Amino acid sequence: MQIYLPIAEVSVNALLLLGLGGLVGILSGMFGVGGGFLITPLLFFVGIPPAVAVATSANQIVASSISGVLAHLRRRTVDLRMGVVLLVGGLVGAAIGVWIFNILREMGQVDLLVRLSYVLFLGVIGALMFVESLNAIRSSRAGKAPARRRHNWVHALPMKMKFRTSGLYISVIPPALVGVLVGVLAAIMGVGGGFIMVPAMIYLLGMPTKVVIGTSLFQIIFVTAFTTLLHATTNYTVDLLLALLLLVGGVIGAQIGTRMGGVLKAEQLRILLAALVLAVCGKLGLDLLLRPAELYSIAGVAP
Amino acid sequence: MIRAALALALLVLAPSAAMAEELLAGLSRNRVSISANFDGSEILIFGAVKREAPVAAGRTGIIVTVEGPRVPLTIRRKDRVGPIWINDAAMEVDAAPSFYAVNTSAPFGDILNHVDDLREAITVDRAIRAVGVVDTVPDPSAFTDALMRIRAREDLFQTNIGAVRVREDTLFDSSVSLPANLVEGIYTARIFLTRDGAVVSSASSAINVQKVGLERFLYTLAHEDPLVYGMMSLAIAIAAGWGASAAFRYF
Repeated sequence: MQIYLPIAEVSVNALLLLGLGGLVGILSGMFGVGGGFLITPLLFFVGIPPAVAVATSANQIVASSISGVLAHLRRRTVDLRMGVVLLVGGLVGAAIGVWIFNILREMGQVDLLVRLSYVLFLGVIGALMFVESLNAIRSSRAGKAPARRRHNWVHALPMKMKFRTSGLYISVIPPALVGVLVGVLAAIMGVGGGFIMVPAMIYLLGMPTKVVIGTSLFQIIFVTAFTTLLHATTNYTVDLLLALLLLVGGVIGAQIGTRMGGVLKAEQLRILLAALVLAVCGKLGLDLLLRPAELYSIAGVAP
Repeated sequence: MIRAALALALLVLAPSAAMAEELLAGLSRNRVSISANFDGSEILIFGAVKREAPVAAGRTGIIVTVEGPRVPLTIRRKDRVGPIWINDAAMEVDAAPSFYAVNTSAPFGDILNHVDDLREAITVDRAIRAVGVVDTVPDPSAFTDALMRIRAREDLFQTNIGAVRVREDTLFDSSVSLPANLVEGIYTARIFLTRDGAVVSSASSAINVQKVGLERFLYTLAHEDPLVYGMMSLAIAIAAGWGASAAFRYF
């Protein structure tokens, strides 16, 4: 079933788009990542112009994140207080990120920088998570209780606050800083930032995995909603019809994903996410290293 | 229905000048509507050669071209810098046709000479090179070749040799298929009559390609009221997210 998209100005298969949305929705519900780092490259592959793909996937992520958050709220696995702290940091970070992005664009080569930062961040985070969760699985097999509540420098900072849902009593400075960092990256890389935030919350803040996912989704809603509005008003690149197809698949997928996430063990969940992040990183890295089949590309000039 | 449409759209196109041979041509439609289920379209171009005298000696050729609106674009080339491939050289094109199809009754060598091709910019090659190419790179032809290669792969540039049927050197018809990834705007159909390679008569007509219905509404809203459009996108996203969550409660 072909459908013509009014903003993207291409005709694509509607069922394919529903399927893509569903796939990313499942991942989103399972891992608490918005899926932006997956859906954007997938849309390029289908033939959607990059500018439209980036803007529209932001809109789609809003929908699947809301669907996911509501499911998590019912299971009481969202730390709202932590979410707000992250969000405040995130908005500050997004503003800084947009500013950096504009400077880079004037210098040219922003494309390359985005790709390089993808490869770098996905690679480092994926590798760290993979090793850590392998160790966790090994030690739990050996019968040792996993070492929770490590006291590191995070616990020595002032301005402590109780985060009851997470069972934490820590300073607000680290979560706010994580929010800022994620905001900056979100603006530069055009993603929700879940794949950076989730590991940061687990390893840096020591939050329990179950709470991390709902909280991350909560923060992503606001960041991506902000991004959608920004794209719609400045670049006119949000394709409502495309978003609609993706999000119908996405919201259903997010519900299924959340259920699947509840069945799997935390370590398994983490190792799956790590494998996924590494796979995307590998693909992007290869694209940079291998000689492309077509050296030339055509880009429209904005009127 | 089809017959009525044909009759309606049978526009007798103005011949270029009073000559011994004149082209009379018509289109099956002069309006293409892009709706949500648009999946390409076909335009039939037909006509006849009007003569005061018997057919002149020499080989008759008919060439039909359809050209989409011209848009500025940038062609980039990736080069290896260190271990990675990055966009390096770029060439700007002021106005390249977004679509270009050329149908002929015989191979170009038999029915079109080089001078007339240069003057009328008929072949894909000439139509592209005729546009304002800003020479910012040492090898602009490599870039225009790439443009033609990429567009041809997407069916946006077509050369169909022998796709014009000519009967008794007088009646002709040809169909041009427009792909699904069309750009909105005014398209131009041109028809050339050649004798021994020289263009002796030509005609042209406009085809209006336009979005309609929902497509039109969304496109206009997105460009004229972006804030409302953005809010609407968000509202739909929120409603869908909440709706799915509420629906799944009962499973």
